[in-house]
Amino acid sequence: MRRLTIGIAFALLACSHAAIAQDTVKIGYIDPLSGGGASVGEVGLKTFQFLADELNAKGGILGKKVEIVPLDNKTNPQESLIQAQKAIDAGVRYVTQGNGSSVAGALSDFVTKYNDRNPGKEVLYFNYAAVDPILTNAKCSFWHFRWDANSDIKMEALTNYMKGVPTIKKLYLINQDYSFGESVRSAAKTMLKAKRPDIAIVGDELHPLLKITDFAPYVAKIKASGADTVVTGNWGQDFALLLKAAADTGLKVNWYTYYAGGTGGPTAIKQANLNHQVFQIAEGIPNLGNPAADTFEKALRAKYDFSLFYPRAVNEMRMFAAAAEKAKSVDPVKVATALEGMEFDVYDGGKGTMRKEDHQFFQPMYIASFGERTEKEPFDEEKTGWGWRQAAKIEAEQTTLPTTCKMERPN
Amino acid sequence: MPERSRLISRGWCVVLELIVISTLNGVLFGILLFLMASGLTVIFSMLGVLNFAHASFYMLGAFFGFQISRWVGFWPALLIAPLLAGALGAAVERFGLRQVHRNGHVAELLFTFGLAFAIEEIVQIIWGKSPVDFRIPPLLDFSAFTIFSTNYPAYKMFMLLVSIIIFAGLLVALKKTRIGLIVQAALTHPQMVGHLGHNVGRIFMLVFGVGTALAAIAGVIAGPALVTQSNMAALLGPILFVVVVVGGLGSLPGAFIASLLIGLVQTFAVSMNGSLDGAFGPLSPAYAQTWLADIWGVTVAQIAPIMPYVLLVLILIFRPMGLLGTRDT
Repeated sequence: MRRLTIGIAFALLACSHAAIAQDTVKIGYIDPLSGGGASVGEVGLKTFQFLADELNAKGGILGKKVEIVPLDNKTNPQESLIQAQKAIDAGVRYVTQGNGSSVAGALSDFVTKYNDRNPGKEVLYFNYAAVDPILTNAKCSFWHFRWDANSDIKMEALTNYMKGVPTIKKLYLINQDYSFGESVRSAAKTMLKAKRPDIAIVGDELHPLLKITDFAPYVAKIKASGADTVVTGNWGQDFALLLKAAADTGLKVNWYTYYAGGTGGPTAIKQANLNHQVFQIAEGIPNLGNPAADTFEKALRAKYDFSLFYPRAVNEMRMFAAAAEKAKSVDPVKVATALEGMEFDVYDGGKGTMRKEDHQFFQPMYIASFGERTEKEPFDEEKTGWGWRQAAKIEAEQTTLPTTCKMERPN
Repeated sequence: MPERSRLISRGWCVVLELIVISTLNGVLFGILLFLMASGLTVIFSMLGVLNFAHASFYMLGAFFGFQISRWVGFWPALLIAPLLAGALGAAVERFGLRQVHRNGHVAELLFTFGLAFAIEEIVQIIWGKSPVDFRIPPLLDFSAFTIFSTNYPAYKMFMLLVSIIIFAGLLVALKKTRIGLIVQAALTHPQMVGHLGHNVGRIFMLVFGVGTALAAIAGVIAGPALVTQSNMAALLGPILFVVVVVGGLGSLPGAFIASLLIGLVQTFAVSMNGSLDGAFGPLSPAYAQTWLADIWGVTVAQIAPIMPYVLLVLILIFRPMGLLGTRDT
């Protein structure tokens, strides 16, 4: 009798769980929530939760509530796979990740193999920030979609801008020692050699990812090299602490970066007193004057007290909803088919396309500098009083690069 | 001619600047390491237990310092936080370690190991997993002096000063006071000290408390300069053990030399761009660019963070008792 009661209780529990599962679309957020990447991982999570709330306020995706499931991967590829498996066991069929191409490579591989072995239970991987070009080239996958311009696209845009800056004579490269940092430095060297062979590259540094807390020795080396410009792909804590060390020692150079706007970056730039000397290539900044974006920015800041560093996350969530509407289903295969080739009005204005061949999203890009604001720049960052100002805009068509992807599609 | 000599002297100035700044940074890091390693060494010498939770007390010092500085300011925090952490350490010894002692050294080791995990989780529960905003006090937020063209922050000079004052105080306490003499004796002959009628238990408690307070002070002063986050202990813990093993378990002068050595090696290694490829150049073997490409092309700067561990391996191979070791491990 007791066993029967327990059995019925379990059955009821299982049934109720399944019933709830039908009404929610769960998105697993696999990114660092502790350790060196926590500062940016937490901001990313809250951004996605804000976007999920935005979708739910409009009725969710096809009437289903959107739920973000946080999964701490400690910026570690092995841990990420454990979390991905945990997510799948909890009924998650969409995972999103961005902090670390090392993790992205492992996840993309895992998802591809899992989908191969489990037809009918496919999982999609939405990559919002891991930009090693290989993920949409040699290691592309039908199940992986990337919303951030890859490292080669960004470096192409940056070097095109730097071509027209005659004051750059000595350039120092400093990057994180992993696949992404490696792609930044090799692309920088190749592209600069072609466009500005007169620039001397006086330093080429690689340091461990998210482990260094005191960059003073590295800044001393930059000083000693006599560089007037530094190009770095550093993100998160690695960028913030690098600029903090530069502030401490009074290093005055120009910085061309990918992720200067991440948590802690603007504060460090202001501390270093580098007025409009730090440049960033990104798919959007708060001061572009787009009314819809301005409203979103104000709402996000009112709720969370940080600014939108991920317009790409906005595009990802909105396009996900649009693709589900188009496919009239939240089944991953149907959503993936609807997503590829999709054209979309991006967050900061203009149109972007999810290229079918490699699942790389192409959108207008902006080069911006950080410094004192005028009336045209209403938003400041991290309460420093300084804000982003557009220095150049690159149209989506000009950002396209060829791909070597040979995608295997499910039949 | 004067143009060329000006260029040469400018080149030398740049190198000198790099050497001076690297020495300052290296010595600073070394002294910080010694603040922690000294406590660890003394605890090991007296109690025979390698305190795995020592770096956790460093982290506690940083977080207590942060919280207290939020409430009453940095300067009171500098005094209160280490005392608090030291009291906690003494309590750990009295109510934890002493009970476990009768089960042997391995049990004590496991106890401190578990303690390290527990402290990390408690810190995460109270303060979260993200870095906390522990700021340099405005009084010290300026540049102390300028060498050629590099500013050296005043806060780093303050860190150096505080560490030196603490060591001077400790040295005086050890050599000149009665309790210092007893502690020195207990360092090498704990049983004899017990036979002579001194309260060895109380001395142990004191030593554990002071050792952890030292680690906590290192945490309070390093917190604003380095990142104050719940992974602090895990980041610095391994280097601490390298220091005590390289210096020799149980030797304070050895720990001092090892700390400075590791601090300087790690800092100077970053400035060096040498690699096997650079050294051999055209004399590299044929497969250097293919099979050995990773090893051949890696620069000293790239492996700077693991240099301490390379040193550890070398010491364990050639001189396992450490540089000035007095005890067998």
